[in-house]
Amino acid sequence: MNFDDLTTTSGEWLRGNGPDSDIVISSRIRLARNLAQFPFITRSDENTRNEIEELLRDRFERISDVIQLTYVPVNTLNTLDQQFLVERQLISRELSEGHGARGVAISEAESVSLMVNEEDHLRIQVLSSGFSLPGCWKKIDEIDDSIEQHVTYAFSEQYGFLTACPTNVGTGIRVSVMLHLPALVHTKEIQKVFQALQKIGLAVRGLYGEGSQAMGDFYQISNQVTLGKSEQQTIDDLQDVVPNIIEYERRVRSAMLKDNRPNLHDQISRAYGILQNARAISSEETMHLLSSVRIGINLGLIDDLDISTINEMFIHTQPAHLQKIHNEQLESAERNAARAGYLRKRLSRAENN
Amino acid sequence: MKKCRQCAKPATVHITEILDGQAQEIHLCESCAHDYLQPADENDSVDNAETVALKLKEVANEEDLLELDHIVCPNCGITFREFRSQGRLGCPHDYVVFQQELTSLLENIHGELQHCGKFPKQAPDSSQRQYELIKLRNQLRQAVEQENYETAAQLRDEIQTLETEQAEAGSGKED
Repeated sequence: MNFDDLTTTSGEWLRGNGPDSDIVISSRIRLARNLAQFPFITRSDENTRNEIEELLRDRFERISDVIQLTYVPVNTLNTLDQQFLVERQLISRELSEGHGARGVAISEAESVSLMVNEEDHLRIQVLSSGFSLPGCWKKIDEIDDSIEQHVTYAFSEQYGFLTACPTNVGTGIRVSVMLHLPALVHTKEIQKVFQALQKIGLAVRGLYGEGSQAMGDFYQISNQVTLGKSEQQTIDDLQDVVPNIIEYERRVRSAMLKDNRPNLHDQISRAYGILQNARAISSEETMHLLSSVRIGINLGLIDDLDISTINEMFIHTQPAHLQKIHNEQLESAERNAARAGYLRKRLSRAENN
Repeated sequence: MKKCRQCAKPATVHITEILDGQAQEIHLCESCAHDYLQPADENDSVDNAETVALKLKEVANEEDLLELDHIVCPNCGITFREFRSQGRLGCPHDYVVFQQELTSLLENIHGELQHCGKFPKQAPDSSQRQYELIKLRNQLRQAVEQENYETAAQLRDEIQTLETEQAEAGSGKED
């Protein structure tokens, strides 16, 4: 897997061709698993970690009839390349900051990634575009079953799949959906959404940033409980509530368009203009403007740009991606200039299509 | 010009956080803002450790917890105290060793105590053998640390034997 090639592409899940992808960027399911005959990661010394990695790498090859994977040993990567994978959501920050043998197996379209030796021995993740949890589940279930034919998972009848942290024990499943909710943020109705979600035990967090204020108005909703509920019930919880949020956001967007079209159009056009012409721009400002342009496309106020391009730009304007595109380390001010350069280039090409 | 709240450089990024319905202004310099605004970790691992520590305090008082701290897992060597402070267990057997303490914790976190999701398709291998392997590995690690290389070599052989047995017993599995 050549990282330099990756800088010009993006994962399939960013294509923006899934259901409801005006509001839902992506759906994600991950499963946490441990091998029964080894201690959990914190009590695994260097040799043990090597053994675990070797074993899992071998098993990944054995399931190549189910899925083709390329293994990347993260401990051999430099910081920039590790950060690159984090930005692409293929590995977590925890994996990049870990020590000892660890890595990730990635599928061709980047929709499947399997982390080795992160918080648990194995973390399987499937990502797909739009609101598409059933499809994600079918795929990850199949991969989990195939691996399970060649290993023994740590499991008890009482507590289910045994994980390093008790917050994950049971199904070991994390089901999440990433939403773009600029209208609800603008009218401050997003607070109502948070409260409703908290009542049914779902967690919300801003994708970029802490607390409830998210840069770019991206939010991730996920389950918190993993014991006492089946995988299907957990998925159903989100299947039931997300359509309401989608509906709500769409309604508020329509209302904004109806009541305030000239101002909205102006704001969006200015955002587009800055992105097309700036000579230096921070990632915070970029997120903010891309968010406006994104609604612009959804509402039909911008018609010369694709959703997939915008989705890609959220990833490619991040620090490690920029530096890889330029093939060199860049200081903050240089990055801001590089970011602006990338945006100008990308957006002028879009216009010419 | 406001100062960055982390490092006292001039603040150029101003963030409004909304917590519990209250708006709070945070002023940061560009590099501290960069750290502050890192993409939320999908796995929330740091949060998990804190959650566990917090929830343990909710279900037991400090005195009780201190009394439990010395409990050790015979297989991986972790103490309850270590588990408390890092929020992570040492091996699958800990779910047995710390069962009593974990029960109230799990109930607090999940509201339930019985797994009702997917079961592995294959019949599980003898758990005894798994735990034995974990214990032997721990002993091997200690032997090497203490430079007891003879003992270490013996332990390595034992591990090898057990793993071969396991592979043979589970040979119906390997396609």
